[in-house]
Amino acid sequence: IIMKALILVGGYGTRLRPLTLSVPKPLVEFCNKPILLHQVEALVKAGVDHVVLAVSYMSELLEREMRVQEQRLGIRISLSHEKEPLGTAGPLALARDLLNDDSEPFFVLNSDVICDFPFKDLLQFHRNHGKEGTIVVTRVEEPSKYGVVVYEADSGRIHRFVEKPQVFVSNKINAGMYIFNPSMLSRIQLRPTSIEKEIFPVMAGEGQLYAMELQGFWMDIGQPKDFLTGMCMYLQSVRQHAPERLRTGPGFLGNVLVDPTAQIGENCTIGPNVTIGAGVVVEDGVRIKRCTVLKGSRVRSHSWLESCIVGWSSSVGQWVRMENVTVLGEDVIVNDELYLNGANVLPHKSINESVPEPRIIM
Amino acid sequence: MCEFNLNCYAHVILCFEKCYTNKVVIIIFLKIFKHCFSGTRFRPLSFEVPKPLFPVAGVPMLQHHIEACAKVPNMKEILLIGFYQPNEELNRFLLNAQQEFKISIRYLQEYAALGTGGGIYHFRDQIVSGSPEAFFVLNADVCSAFPLTEMLSFQKEHGEPNSFVILGTTANRKQSMNYGCIVENEESNEVLHYVEKPSTFVSDIINCGIYLFNPDIFQHIGAVFQKNQQDISVLFTEAIRLEQDIFTALAGQGKLYVYKTLSFWSQIKSAGSAIYASRLYLNQYHTTHPERLASNKEGGPKITGNVYIHPTANIDPTAVLGPNVSIGTGVTIGAGVRVRESIILHGANLQDHCCVLNSIVGWDSTIGKWARVEGTPSDPNPNDPYAKIDSETLFREGKLTPSITILGCNVTIPSEVIILNSIVLPHKDLNRGFKNQIIL
Repeated sequence: IIMKALILVGGYGTRLRPLTLSVPKPLVEFCNKPILLHQVEALVKAGVDHVVLAVSYMSELLEREMRVQEQRLGIRISLSHEKEPLGTAGPLALARDLLNDDSEPFFVLNSDVICDFPFKDLLQFHRNHGKEGTIVVTRVEEPSKYGVVVYEADSGRIHRFVEKPQVFVSNKINAGMYIFNPSMLSRIQLRPTSIEKEIFPVMAGEGQLYAMELQGFWMDIGQPKDFLTGMCMYLQSVRQHAPERLRTGPGFLGNVLVDPTAQIGENCTIGPNVTIGAGVVVEDGVRIKRCTVLKGSRVRSHSWLESCIVGWSSSVGQWVRMENVTVLGEDVIVNDELYLNGANVLPHKSINESVPEPRIIM
Repeated sequence: MCEFNLNCYAHVILCFEKCYTNKVVIIIFLKIFKHCFSGTRFRPLSFEVPKPLFPVAGVPMLQHHIEACAKVPNMKEILLIGFYQPNEELNRFLLNAQQEFKISIRYLQEYAALGTGGGIYHFRDQIVSGSPEAFFVLNADVCSAFPLTEMLSFQKEHGEPNSFVILGTTANRKQSMNYGCIVENEESNEVLHYVEKPSTFVSDIINCGIYLFNPDIFQHIGAVFQKNQQDISVLFTEAIRLEQDIFTALAGQGKLYVYKTLSFWSQIKSAGSAIYASRLYLNQYHTTHPERLASNKEGGPKITGNVYIHPTANIDPTAVLGPNVSIGTGVTIGAGVRVRESIILHGANLQDHCCVLNSIVGWDSTIGKWARVEGTPSDPNPNDPYAKIDSETLFREGKLTPSITILGCNVTIPSEVIILNSIVLPHKDLNRGFKNQIIL
């Protein structure tokens, strides 16, 4: 069978700025692999050979990279460009012709979602109940921050959705991954439409919408704080499924992922929960915890980093202390002996003064 | 999205102009300083357009320089020297300017950021070709009346035949230390002492970034260049700054003079100062370009004070605009809209009853009905004739200081909210109001 998937990539990825000021969000590396590739590779494993990217902002960089991936994975990747905002359901209508050409169900996912992608199980579950749509749900600790899904535990049949419930109703929320039969597309018009508010309630009311509970970790990594939390979860999953990918030995604690081209100096303590990208140089005596260090950066000696994202080609000086979700954009220089607490630094900046309280450096 | 060319923070423009009868040459400099504090001060507007092309009082910043140059008798050529990558917008601007002013305008691209002195030194052959007697140098990011002809007359009457002239103006004591300070001999107007941004008070006469040189200057720059080559502590020998390296050395040698002007002058470093500069140029339009000032007309909006409206803008007759407002191409302004002390860039849409004060509204942005978009002006104290616009820093003691509100390109502000003293980066679709924040 030939299967399709639609990934809702969206626009400028402003929540992940300053990183997305340099690179379109799908191409930002999460644990040393572009976010989009985590999703596409999982889809390909489940039998998808045509991926449609629904974008509202066309990026040459993204187009070029997708050509490369088409070759590499042996699949077809199309770009569906919404010129006016279409909400969360509209993009499906826009891509109707690409999704409709046979009777096989198609996957839909939000581009910010990271988890142990359950696409094979989802397909099976969907075929078993035989109705029009299945939503993946995940269990969260604070459901009232989201919209919760109320469904029959045995069958998975969805009764209703409740937006930000005041009293406990359910702790399962929409995980941003779906599978639909193409017939569902006739429910959506080509105008700004919310899938959660306008389409799902109707389908649920007709008994056509089911929920499958996700096992394992889940995170929306669309903003830096959650990006780091998601990284910790993902690395833990790597520990369970492919521990040989992680770096171990003296100087490495917990789950640490290091690109083979990175160089780590003497007397460093790296980890737990650290990702080091390609060509990164970490000098002697550096302590890094709970951070992502992107490609081509340099962390100079004796510095201490916790809960940070260091942007591509940045340079962190000696004896620098950075913490509390400090994010450096591309090509940022942090001079020696400074303290950055929750600094959000735009690309191509040079930091000459400490930032003792969280703020944006433009 | 990427910022408008990584290397595009125009720092200095020198205006270079060749004039064959009295042989005057003017250089325009486009400077970039990557990683330099001032290189990013024009964000978020610099994400869309290089600073020298940002519209001030309705036309690109550089155009005011070129219009002033065109008034100097026998203007034939303008050279722009800079570090910008060639780009469509700059090329189009140059082409239009050439056609309009019938002057040759050429762009010479530096291979590295060479400093104000290093740049002209690097291209000295082009500058002295045709044997000009003298040439002007203008900074890009200044707003001025450009009294170039007066500087020429002054140079002929004062001092030695081959002396150099700096245009100076008076600042108040405290602010003078943010600029280049000039100590002059009050009788001869010779520059006795020059210090760039001193930490203690030196003089209240400041450097306007507009100079009159002659080819002798290259001997002096050349001397510094040789000295740098031999000094191993100087890492980048070609970077020579006119102010710190040349003026400081020339002071007291009988070669450097200052021409003081009372005409208007301001630096344009940050987005906020663009509004102040607009006010100065709009005021100048009464004498130089009265056709650019809008007036109250039947079926048109109510105009107070100086307002520039591009002919393609669509404005409801019940709107009230001014003082100090510039409206760009294709802007739509709805019923009952109030705009004051603001710059509205092209394609923006201001919906009914909204209020825009002390703000810059970015290209193609939308402001919803009854929304209030307001900033805090950083204008110089109006009671002090010598006060200059503050060298604003965005933050003081860790807090965002109240400043002009700036909406980047393609920002959407919903109806009925307030956006106060905030800076919104491009392509943001806000869903609520914000105060005193930078919104990424």
